[in-house]
Amino acid sequence: MALLSFSIFLPTLGALLLALIPNRDGSRDGLIRQLALGISLVAFALTLALWAGFDVNGAEFQFVERTMWIDVFNVEYYIGIDGVSLMLIVLTGFLTPISLLASWGSVTKKVKEFSIFMLVLETAMIGVFSALDVFLFYVFWDAVLIPMYFLIGVWGYDRRIYASIKFLLFTMAGSVLMLVAIILLAVLHQQQTGSYSFDLLELYALQIPAGTANLCFLAFALAFSIKVPLFPLHTWLPDAHVEAPTAGSVILAGVMLKMGTYGLMRFAFPLFPEAATAWAPFIATLAVIGIVYGALVAMVQPDMKKLVAYSSVSHLGFVVLGLCALTVNGVQGAAYQMLNHGISTGGLFLIVGMLSDRRHTRLIAEFGGLKSVMPKLVAAFLIITLSSIAMPGLNGFVGEFLILMGSWRSEVLLPRFTVVAASGVILSAVYMLWMFQRVNYGEVTNPKNETLPDLSVREWCVLAPVVALAVVMGVFPNIFLQPMAPAVERMVQRMERRPAITQVIPQAEAPVAGTQAR
Amino acid sequence: MVGTSVPLALIPLLPFAGFLFNGVFGRKVSKSVSGLVACLAVGGAFVVAALNVWSLVQQPVEQRIIEQTVFWWISSGDLQLPLQFRLDPLGALMVLVVSGIGTLIHVYSTAYMHEEADGEYARYFSYLNLFAAFMLVLVLGANFPVMFVGWEGVGLCSYLLIGFWFKKKSASDAGKKAFVVNRIGDFAFLIGMFMAFKEFGTLDFLAIAEKTTLYQPEVTFGLLSVMTLMFFVGATGKSAQIPLYVWLPDAMEGPTPVSALIHAATMVTAGVYMIGRNADLFSLAPQTMLIIATIGALTALMAATIGLVQNDIKRVLAYSTVSQLGYMFLAMGVGAFTGGIFHLYTHAFFKALMFLGSGAVIHALHGEQDMRKMGGLKQHLPITFWTFLMGTIAIAGVPPLAGFFSKDEILWKTFESGHTVLWVVGMITAFLTATYMFRLLYMTFYCEPKWAHSHGHGSHGHGSNVDHAHEAHLHDAPPAMAIPLMILAVGAVLAGLVGVPHALNGSNRIEAFLEPSFHPARAGATMFPGSTHAVPSPQADVAPAAGDHAAQAADTHGEMTVAPAVGGEHGLAPAGHGAEAAHADTATELGLMALSVVVALAGIGLATYFFKSNPQKADQVQQSFAGVHRVLLNKYYVDEFYDAVVVQPIKRTSERLLWKVVDAGVIDGAVNGTGFIVRTGGAIMRLVQTGSVRVYAASVFVGVLVVIGYYLAR
Repeated sequence: MALLSFSIFLPTLGALLLALIPNRDGSRDGLIRQLALGISLVAFALTLALWAGFDVNGAEFQFVERTMWIDVFNVEYYIGIDGVSLMLIVLTGFLTPISLLASWGSVTKKVKEFSIFMLVLETAMIGVFSALDVFLFYVFWDAVLIPMYFLIGVWGYDRRIYASIKFLLFTMAGSVLMLVAIILLAVLHQQQTGSYSFDLLELYALQIPAGTANLCFLAFALAFSIKVPLFPLHTWLPDAHVEAPTAGSVILAGVMLKMGTYGLMRFAFPLFPEAATAWAPFIATLAVIGIVYGALVAMVQPDMKKLVAYSSVSHLGFVVLGLCALTVNGVQGAAYQMLNHGISTGGLFLIVGMLSDRRHTRLIAEFGGLKSVMPKLVAAFLIITLSSIAMPGLNGFVGEFLILMGSWRSEVLLPRFTVVAASGVILSAVYMLWMFQRVNYGEVTNPKNETLPDLSVREWCVLAPVVALAVVMGVFPNIFLQPMAPAVERMVQRMERRPAITQVIPQAEAPVAGTQAR
Repeated sequence: MVGTSVPLALIPLLPFAGFLFNGVFGRKVSKSVSGLVACLAVGGAFVVAALNVWSLVQQPVEQRIIEQTVFWWISSGDLQLPLQFRLDPLGALMVLVVSGIGTLIHVYSTAYMHEEADGEYARYFSYLNLFAAFMLVLVLGANFPVMFVGWEGVGLCSYLLIGFWFKKKSASDAGKKAFVVNRIGDFAFLIGMFMAFKEFGTLDFLAIAEKTTLYQPEVTFGLLSVMTLMFFVGATGKSAQIPLYVWLPDAMEGPTPVSALIHAATMVTAGVYMIGRNADLFSLAPQTMLIIATIGALTALMAATIGLVQNDIKRVLAYSTVSQLGYMFLAMGVGAFTGGIFHLYTHAFFKALMFLGSGAVIHALHGEQDMRKMGGLKQHLPITFWTFLMGTIAIAGVPPLAGFFSKDEILWKTFESGHTVLWVVGMITAFLTATYMFRLLYMTFYCEPKWAHSHGHGSHGHGSNVDHAHEAHLHDAPPAMAIPLMILAVGAVLAGLVGVPHALNGSNRIEAFLEPSFHPARAGATMFPGSTHAVPSPQADVAPAAGDHAAQAADTHGEMTVAPAVGGEHGLAPAGHGAEAAHADTATELGLMALSVVVALAGIGLATYFFKSNPQKADQVQQSFAGVHRVLLNKYYVDEFYDAVVVQPIKRTSERLLWKVVDAGVIDGAVNGTGFIVRTGGAIMRLVQTGSVRVYAASVFVGVLVVIGYYLAR
């Protein structure tokens, strides 16, 4: 049975169903909301079924399906997952119903269209994480843009048009170059074997001239880096986040940014190992700058949503650093951090959304003293904040610890990368706790905040799973690390198999002569 | 064998369960239930700890170790981290101090916090229980990352409890400051862990200790020196040493029992404990050790000078804590690990006692913390006074109270190891300690009462007692507060007796008890038979594929145990002294001991002269040294310095340069600029598209001319 395809397309089937429901006057908004939520829950169950059927020790792609799609160019509908894609698919399945439920209070216009876009978006995202045919991947990759463009542009805040166009153009600029590189690869394959191919695994085996590989790597890396977003390509992100509706922000931060890091991990790095190894220190430099820069800029933001958006730049910097380390710890930590960021930043956007629903503002200065008004919301806020600043015992710590350990042990990165990146640990505490203090502590100074209601049952259902997952992922990380291990090791081995172009950089902390006793 | 004892994991789990109970149901149950559950939770931890320590001491000295692997926490490649607890003599001492004093302070809190509303009361106890749980994890953790869980966890609880009265800006500021400053230390701690794993391939304390036998102490400032320095920087954050001590005085914004438990007796000693736990590793880095000793001595002196002039009773105690922690680091730095831990242990009694005593004073005076508004409380608060007096004498270093033996051990070991300058600093600090502590005692309990006017003064530092009825007679501590005071007072008097030095014909049992913990690898293979490590964990099947890992771990440990014990010679205690030398040493030791008693008495005498007998003289001295006084009162302006040199520049750069110039200006400028170029370019090109055939023809003609001209000119 085609469980994977079913997981991909069930949300779209559901969207078609919703499209059939007449709702011109909005009288069936409630039904549509419930149906959309139900569909996304079924989709989540399907992703869990994938996990249940997944062989955690299997090193090969699983749930593979392939059929010819475009004969002439040998484009296939070729999908399959390994542990990393599995986890990202489950994350997508998890966050979609949560975002839908979170929107029940805030999205009141065009509910049907909103729900349809959310479900189509889910299909495209799961497709991105499943595609093993590069062309198919590209199709899903661009398909993601369309619903997100509308989600921001229609249901966003005041400057939504500017933000949605900026988002679209930024991403398109990268993906066009990537398309060129993809076609180039297929042509190379045709020259070497006589037939086109977009099969990722076959392209892995391709002999690519160094110069071409270098250019292709840059094209892929650029597309993915914009999506991540890597400093200095990040400026679309704060705008898109601030203007997007809560659900858009959650999905954007929670899943879509991971498409960038996933792309680096699945395509850019393993397709061009030599080029990637050579460029890794450069990319890691940008990542480390992003960690510090994102944190510093986050610190001075007056708008909570923008603060969280810049913190994403910082957190994703960690992910990219881990990838560039090209060690098992680093890459696995990066993969784990992708999930963490989905939980913690997703959670933060949910909470900011709840505050914004109540007060129609996201300015920190408008709040203060919320702890005495809504203790439950603030308790959840605290746990998510701690998860975001990598408190041991919660999820964030596991990811950052592995990433930093991996980059410290890396043979392509100098120790100073780790040292500078680790300073993000300090800065994240500064900007998050400062924001937390200004919003929640102190006396209630603004009379508008005096009567704010605490979490409703619906909101509790939105936050409880996120908080619970933050704890579970911090205490029992092996549940999630283990399925990813074979995929991570395979990638690292693939990167190591080809000799690095750059010589191994001498390690500054090599044992000093004389310390060894015998 | 030891496997039959109560699981170690229960020790932190019980307070954690208490935290969950009060965190979830706290608002729904009465105060007495919240308080009872919290006390039982931590009291239960004490009982379980005591049972385990009991079965530990039944073992022969070389087998004193109990381990429990709860499950495999993080597995990534060759990095395999178990959630593992381990009890050895050092851990035994710590775990008893933490859970024992923790229980007393929980009991004390039930009365002290009684004016809080129900929900707040439960919130307080849930935090306090959570703190106990993390502190016990810190102490019992068998490897660096598990210790780090406790390490950051106690920091979190400290943050929450300092800022407990969150409506007060100063309280939430202080909590945030504590967290951030600690994070600076934790950053270095993390780097230390990465270095350790890369070098040793393990983060297990025991395994690292065994690896250290393969090294010689570093002559140059090499890898191990940097690594240990990183860990020490972590310790300066947690244990409030220069340069990261600045958070601790501010932490006094928290409820007083919190100051007693977290900021005096337990959490702040974590750095000292961490060094003791890795004594073998630190011993390989003499340069770092010297830094530790120097920083310790300087911190001790600096904090004592500040403590001399502060007027807030809790701040004096806070600086006193910083100063005493400095002594402990001095001890660790000169290799007197037993001395440092011994002082940690005695300090826990007398400093907790004095904080709780100050809490009783503050409670009686309805929140007053300024000593200038106290005085004459001796008659009104007899229990508080007498117990407080015990603590004061103990910290001043008067024999035979607890502080004397431990402090003297440190000073003697400093002298003995040839650090004469540091010893002098230590002696000066001892003098100052006696002075400022008795100053505090006199200002609070003697002299004229000055509190009569300040009654309705209200809630300085104490949340919700503004409407407390004005009472003619001050109430001494109620039983729930008095009993912990008395127990601690007994401790402050007697706790030192376990460490009476040999020079006084004592048996120094604490040294004999602790010493194996500082050199776990020295006994070699016989000490840790492979079977000890293979103790099956009761919950091993919790983690998926734990079996594989366990087998793997058993293998690694197996290899380690084969490693011969070679490090026997690099110890710090001089081993081969002749009888004569020993005799001379004893004479010197006794002489120095007498000297430190004289110094302590002199300090007390000075305080008596200025603050009891002739208070006006103190004011005169203060006026004639107004400049010095101001500098000390303002704590050497270190906070201001940090703010001006670190905090403000970062804030300003971030806002004015990074955000508004780089992000919005340069990067977005480039992006929008691209858009602008495309748009204007398009607009200009549109001008050409006139639709007029004649214009097109003319431009073709011009073009042809240009091309021809180009070829001709070439």
